[in-house]
Amino acid sequence: MMYDWLYNLTGSEILAAVIQSLLPLFLFILPFALFAVLLERKVSAHMQDRLGPMRVGYHGILQTVADIIKLVQKEDIIARDNDKLFFNLSPLIVFMGSYAAFAVIPFSSVFLGSNIDLGLIFIVAVTGLVVAGILMGGWASNNKYSLLGAMRSAAQIISYEIPTMMIIIVVIMLTGTLNLYTMSEWQTSYFWNWLIFGGPGFGLAKFILIPFMMMSALILFISTLAEVNPTPFDIPEAESELVSGYHTEYSGMKFAMFFLAEYANMFAVSAILSALFFGGFQSPFGYLGNLFNVPALIPFEQFFWFTAKGIFFVFVQMWLRWTLPRFRVDQLMTFCWKYLIPFAFVILIIVGLITVLL
Amino acid sequence: MKDYFLKFWQGLWTIAIGMKVTFKHLFVPAVTIQYPTEKPELPERERNRLYVNMDDCIGCLQCERACPVDCIEIETVKAVPGEDLGKTSNGKKKALWVTKFDIDIAKCCYCQLCVFPCPTECIYMTDVYEFSEYERDNLIYDFVTLTPEEREEKKKNYEEFLAKKEAEKAEAARKKAEEAAKAKQEEKKEDKKEETKPEDKPKDKEE
Ligand code: SF4
Ligand code: SF4
Repeated sequence: MMYDWLYNLTGSEILAAVIQSLLPLFLFILPFALFAVLLERKVSAHMQDRLGPMRVGYHGILQTVADIIKLVQKEDIIARDNDKLFFNLSPLIVFMGSYAAFAVIPFSSVFLGSNIDLGLIFIVAVTGLVVAGILMGGWASNNKYSLLGAMRSAAQIISYEIPTMMIIIVVIMLTGTLNLYTMSEWQTSYFWNWLIFGGPGFGLAKFILIPFMMMSALILFISTLAEVNPTPFDIPEAESELVSGYHTEYSGMKFAMFFLAEYANMFAVSAILSALFFGGFQSPFGYLGNLFNVPALIPFEQFFWFTAKGIFFVFVQMWLRWTLPRFRVDQLMTFCWKYLIPFAFVILIIVGLITVLL
Repeated sequence: MKDYFLKFWQGLWTIAIGMKVTFKHLFVPAVTIQYPTEKPELPERERNRLYVNMDDCIGCLQCERACPVDCIEIETVKAVPGEDLGKTSNGKKKALWVTKFDIDIAKCCYCQLCVFPCPTECIYMTDVYEFSEYERDNLIYDFVTLTPEEREEKKKNYEEFLAKKEAEKAEAARKKAEEAAKAKQEEKKEDKKEETKPEDKPKDKEE
């Protein structure tokens, strides 16, 4: 594992732990955020028959780097009547919440922050921190738009947490573990062993499970999507109504932190979806390392597959974002309480019966 | 119940249709024109920056009068006899020096009303539309081809010419007066009936 390797390298537990906890940030989240922002712009542009950023670097690849440099230079504006402490704390908490989720996400069989047994629950709990941060920021901003955005955000995230949890319980019933690493290992080798195709084994149960698994993957996708607030669910930000929602008052680096947290969250959510239903870091077609007998290659391949799946779901999120208009608040609540929760509940019962009976 | 499932299904299905449309557009070539490097083709009769071909301008002030925002300012000076200003391209003889032809393009509303009345078609719209300036004064375009000294010279020439003419006129008038006085003196010697005649003549001229 990563930690042991770092421990051997540095010879100090603390140093190894610090390095390991910083690795995903510098190795993954920052480059990913840079890439994802560019991808988002390019995808949205091409979906609208535009070109998107074209000037900075070849086809604008350095655009986001330039933007970050610009954001760092910006003045950090704090209004007079803001609640200074909470105003400054909020972006930190939001970023921490979404960053902490990366601690248990298995990027590959060796690159994994912490192999704890309560992985899934940990993610759900820690992303709950984001709500607190958002509410805090919105309230401390002393701005009606920020407050409205924060309230909507809290309402939305809390509502959509319920179908998410139900689907997670479905998965737990089938796999019997909360550990994301074992869950990924469980769906090993070929893609028909993925949970969306009923998990490993060739029993009757597998084939009965397939439609339900597809439904639950869909529900999980939708409800986690709602938690990261991209467009069909961007009621908390709603540019046309609320200026920019809870981060209206933020500028400079603090705004950049919200921004980073949002994109980190996008990936975290996609990673969870792929870890639960799409085999996590497992390759769909077996490994080149096994084929050529080079075991050292396997972790890199796994990392590749994991990021590829993650980025694919991020792309789907963007795709949806540029396809659908925004929900109304009542539609949002109807959709969650009248459609997602009953469906998730029925799936929960049926899968429970299947696991007991078959 | 049936309605409920139907709605759910319709929701999913219509989203799928929408996503298909956006996915197709991913591969449609972009319509963007990357402006400073690529320029759009303008329509044939576009109205942009004005240009005045001073070789053809006869200084008739038609354009100045037509302009609804008064952004053209023209001053002309008559040519002195003996100066040849040449002809315009459509054969009109030029008789005026144009010593000032300013178009304040910042005020211009590109209505093209100044273009049509021009008898020699020397003021017209071009396809130049990138002429922003840092100083507003730089947007007052001076089209006169003469150098400032030449303009002064032309004015002076004309003034001198006028003065000369005036002097000649005064001279002529004086001579005339002298002659008239002489004639009067001579007439006094003649009959009294004919005395009224010289007084009548100026009155006729005035009418
Ligand atoms: S285009 Fe219109 S506004 Fe401009 S100079 Fe000619 S008449 Fe005046
Ligand atoms: S109408 Fe034409 S010829 Fe007359 S002053 Fe204007 S530009 Fe010169």
